Amino acid sequence: MDKVLLIIQREYFTRVRKKAFIIMIFVVPLLILAMGAVITLVARNSDNLSDPLVVKVIDLSGQFSGKFKNQKNLTFELTTQSIDDLKPALNKDGDLSALVIPTDYTKKDSVKIYSQKKPGITLTSKIEEEMNAIAINNGMLKNHIDTSLLHSIKSDISLNPMEITSSGTNKTSQGADIAVGIACAVLIYLCLFIYGAQVMRGVIEEKTSRIIEVVISSVKPFQLMLGKIIGVGLVGLTQFAAWIVLSIVSTKIVGHALSSPQGGMMQALAALQTIHFGSLLFYFLFYFLTGYLLYSALFAAVGSAVDSETETQQFMFPVTLPLLFTYILSVSILFRAPDSPLAVWLSMIPFTAPVAMMVRIPFGVPGWQLAISMSLMVVTFIFTTYVAARIYRVGILMYGKKASYKELVKWFFYKE
Amino acid sequence: MLSIRNIVKQYAGHTALSDVSLEVKSGQIFGLLGPNGAGKTSLIRIITQITAPDSGEIYFNGQKLNQSHIDRMGYLPEERGLYKKMEIGEQMIYLARLKGLSRDEAIKRLKVWFKKLGMETWWKMKIEELSKGMQQKAQFVATVLHEPDLIILDEPFSGFDPVNAEIIKDEILELNRNGATILFSTHRMESVEELCDSIALINKSKKILDGSVKIIRNSYRNGTFLVEYSGDRIIFDGKQPFDLVEEMAADDETHTLKIKLAGANSSNDVLQYIIPLARINMLQELVPSMNEIFIENVNKIA
Repeated sequence: MDKVLLIIQREYFTRVRKKAFIIMIFVVPLLILAMGAVITLVARNSDNLSDPLVVKVIDLSGQFSGKFKNQKNLTFELTTQSIDDLKPALNKDGDLSALVIPTDYTKKDSVKIYSQKKPGITLTSKIEEEMNAIAINNGMLKNHIDTSLLHSIKSDISLNPMEITSSGTNKTSQGADIAVGIACAVLIYLCLFIYGAQVMRGVIEEKTSRIIEVVISSVKPFQLMLGKIIGVGLVGLTQFAAWIVLSIVSTKIVGHALSSPQGGMMQALAALQTIHFGSLLFYFLFYFLTGYLLYSALFAAVGSAVDSETETQQFMFPVTLPLLFTYILSVSILFRAPDSPLAVWLSMIPFTAPVAMMVRIPFGVPGWQLAISMSLMVVTFIFTTYVAARIYRVGILMYGKKASYKELVKWFFYKE
Repeated sequence: MLSIRNIVKQYAGHTALSDVSLEVKSGQIFGLLGPNGAGKTSLIRIITQITAPDSGEIYFNGQKLNQSHIDRMGYLPEERGLYKKMEIGEQMIYLARLKGLSRDEAIKRLKVWFKKLGMETWWKMKIEELSKGMQQKAQFVATVLHEPDLIILDEPFSGFDPVNAEIIKDEILELNRNGATILFSTHRMESVEELCDSIALINKSKKILDGSVKIIRNSYRNGTFLVEYSGDRIIFDGKQPFDLVEEMAADDETHTLKIKLAGANSSNDVLQYIIPLARINMLQELVPSMNEIFIENVNKIA
């Protein structure tokens, strides 16, 4: 056991001391921070036009004259000039555009807007919105409907989802559930890959540098494999811990710097507060650890069977397929139907559960399903570790031999 | 020290060791000889418990071989290798600690060894910054740092230049004088005669010869002698007590003969025959070298 501890120490410290590790710790939260800032800025600015625009209105129908309301950076000017007369001016001034409303303006695509460059979506949607409002108003007037009365009874309904739990009714946010579910699934998927591959590379390094024979004349192959898996896993946990701390700090800072109290960022943060981060973190760590143990053992076996990283392809594909498959389903389908049979099954099968279950958890998963899924995870990782260890102990001593699946099976059945 | 009894090891498709038994006595330098692919490395891996035999037993100091013996052995594999990106000092400490040494003890002993072999400046260097020969030296130190009772060296001299090979040879001898038993495999026969007390010759998974080097060589004596004399060339009449194998090139004064004793005659009879005819400069028995014995035995089987 002391020796496993020594191996864990070596695996952990050689990785943590690397520059790449320290850079990753800071770069990832910075990226998240930058992305958050960009999203906030874009969201805040997309409602407004950045440059003052002037729209010349040629109203042939006579229905809209004088009814356009000027907005920030958007001025409507009625004109009697024809479009041909306006063209030279339009050519010169990029911020000028001309709106031509024909008499039969209700016909599809009959209203035209002319400008030197393509008009932005914000501009066209604002004009459409304005024209629709005016046209509806006109229609109501024509049919003797009192618009002021209508305005007073007009409502603005948006659903406020509440979740009933044993401890009472909680405010919930579907958007936040989806976002957190997908984020966790992506993170688990990436981490299983990154750290699993690190284990594999470590095994290949020991094999190609031939140090393996020195080490396993001191420790059992299983001890070495276990030490490596645990050591790399701890590196992963260290990285998470650092990211969580940095992310909390940085969102706080960004939240203060960029948002007015009613700003989008604050709303997003408020929505996120409806998630139970304590239990989420628990499940994330559980599924990361069991999933990591499950996959890294397989990655270690793959590493032991090859002589260089380029040879890993044939074995990597079946190992990574279930993960990739679930990942693609998770970000496309599963979050829309977290309780569908597909989602439930995927979150039970241990090879897909770490990713699939993380998508489901924010929406609430029945306790019995979690219990089955989690016990299956534990049983399976013990099983894959056993299988992998048997392949590993033979594979690491097989230099210069291209292993086939048949050979791996043979290795598995070798006596000690 | 090490008693290997009836070891059998089979890999899919071929037999690596069939019924091999050996005795290595405490304090010996034991040479494990054999052509490539004979099963030497397989046997060594079984002794170091990297793999297990299909059948047969090994006793280490009278006890059946078990995990606790691992720390009492030092193993230098034929395929050398260390962690390329790790600093030498750290790496040596790590390997020593895997053999049960404390950190402080490892550092203390390392300093002694580094000084002895002129490696003091290497402490902070990474393996990949060292030359092949330097890496070998470092690995040798790692093998013996925990002062094992049994040192197993697989082709210890391959990869060393003559100067460093000599240094390593002296270190091996010194370790042996200090009580370590040494088992090494090699196909460099001259080092066998120089170093080994006993040998075992393995070919095609079978042990075909073992015992003390002296006894083996004596058993291969076949009464061949080299005679050098001065004077006129002797014309043999067929009554001499030996057969003439070869008359070697001679100058005017000295002549050299290679002879083989005939019947029950001894070297004294040879001298008595020649003394009246010429002045004898030299009479030397030609004992076959280990190299010749090796080749003869390997070819006999093939």
